[in-house]
Amino acid sequence: MREIPTLLAGLALGITSALAQSGDLTIPKSIEAGAAFSIQCSGSGKGTLYIAGPGQMIKQDVQLGGTIAIPVGTLYNAGHYSVWIASDSSTQSGSLDVLPAQKPSDLTFIAKPSRLPVALHNAITGSAYVFDTYGNLITAPMQVSFQLSNPGAPAQTRTVETRNGAAWTQMDSSPREGKAQFVARVGDISSTRIVGQVPGDPCTLKMSAKPAGNKIQLVTEPVRDCSGNAIPDGTIVTFTETYNDSKSTVDVPLKKGIASVQMPAHNGATISVASGVVLGNQIRWAQ
Amino acid sequence: MLKSLFVISAFSTALSAFAADQPAVHVEQPHLQGPRELQQQTAKAVVQDYLDAWQSMGKALDENRPDLLDRDFTGAAKDKIAATIKAQSAAGVHTSYRDRSHDVQILFYSPEGLSIQLADNVEYEVQLSSGGKSVGTQQVKARYIVVLTPSEVRWRVRIFQSEAQ
Repeated sequence: MREIPTLLAGLALGITSALAQSGDLTIPKSIEAGAAFSIQCSGSGKGTLYIAGPGQMIKQDVQLGGTIAIPVGTLYNAGHYSVWIASDSSTQSGSLDVLPAQKPSDLTFIAKPSRLPVALHNAITGSAYVFDTYGNLITAPMQVSFQLSNPGAPAQTRTVETRNGAAWTQMDSSPREGKAQFVARVGDISSTRIVGQVPGDPCTLKMSAKPAGNKIQLVTEPVRDCSGNAIPDGTIVTFTETYNDSKSTVDVPLKKGIASVQMPAHNGATISVASGVVLGNQIRWAQ
Repeated sequence: MLKSLFVISAFSTALSAFAADQPAVHVEQPHLQGPRELQQQTAKAVVQDYLDAWQSMGKALDENRPDLLDRDFTGAAKDKIAATIKAQSAAGVHTSYRDRSHDVQILFYSPEGLSIQLADNVEYEVQLSSGGKSVGTQQVKARYIVVLTPSEVRWRVRIFQSEAQ
């Protein structure tokens, strides 16, 4: 006796299951993000439309047996969507892909570093991702133009085709110090970053000495990098005096491009000058 | 470097074999553009964090809890999925995403090291329930393009987008 209700329930479930898979929707395979589209379904009466994906979920009441119009701007996040139209007696299903719009609307652009020494090869990098107006990554190839405008030097330009929405480039820093504009452009969208280019290490370091009472007056020539840019004030220059077994060292910041200091005048002393890893000339003091 | 990624692949496949509910994972040799070298530890961490993100997303969409996205998602990807969860909650709908297999390939490591892009041919099952009743289930094959960016302790998914195969 108990088996009959079970069997009936099983049949009922079977019928439900068959009905649930009885019809497929007529639906576009893909649409552009935000575009209008329509879904055709069979049956009669009222039902509920579900469009579900990780990027968006839409639920709305619909009339079965006709065309369901989805207006512009309804489904706009790119991705794969599962579609169901369910009523009390049936469920119809399908799927569609939402593709990114082809017109670029936004650009994520990262330039590194924001500050670096002059005259370095391929030291500035830029990478960009291209998005449509809905924030979808445009994965179709697009031309991205990168331009680095250096003060006192010709602009460097590279045009790169995106792969899966990404493009990157490398640029040289200018021989001249100053702020460079680094621009990434796709279509009529652009994004600008400022790259500070500062002098490199001192190229040559030369000092002279003259008596100043019972001391020696030491003065460097204006300190420049190998491209001729003045090394910034505040850069430390180290003077070292060696006499017999004693050694005295004085660190002096550059002021107006030169470093100057007075040290004890010992006959036969050896004086050297350095800045960072750059060694300057050496003087042997003899009165 | 290639050898190390084969190791990742073997590790992942072995891992999936021992855990029946875990998806099968295959990691392909990277097809990198960009001048930055990809270290083995970085590649392994990115793939693992990406797979973890699938678990977080599945749970968040199933339980309609956007807070579950916090660990693994950021930026636009997080905003979009959180908006989906909000819409699901308002409509009384749940979706269950169960990933069955992943075929992952790292495509791009940006020169400054602030983003990694990968592609994933993924197979998953999506089930939709409304008002406590199952509406339907679909088996899906999709190609995901994903961009991850580093955070304090892990890589987070910033772009999560499938495209037509």
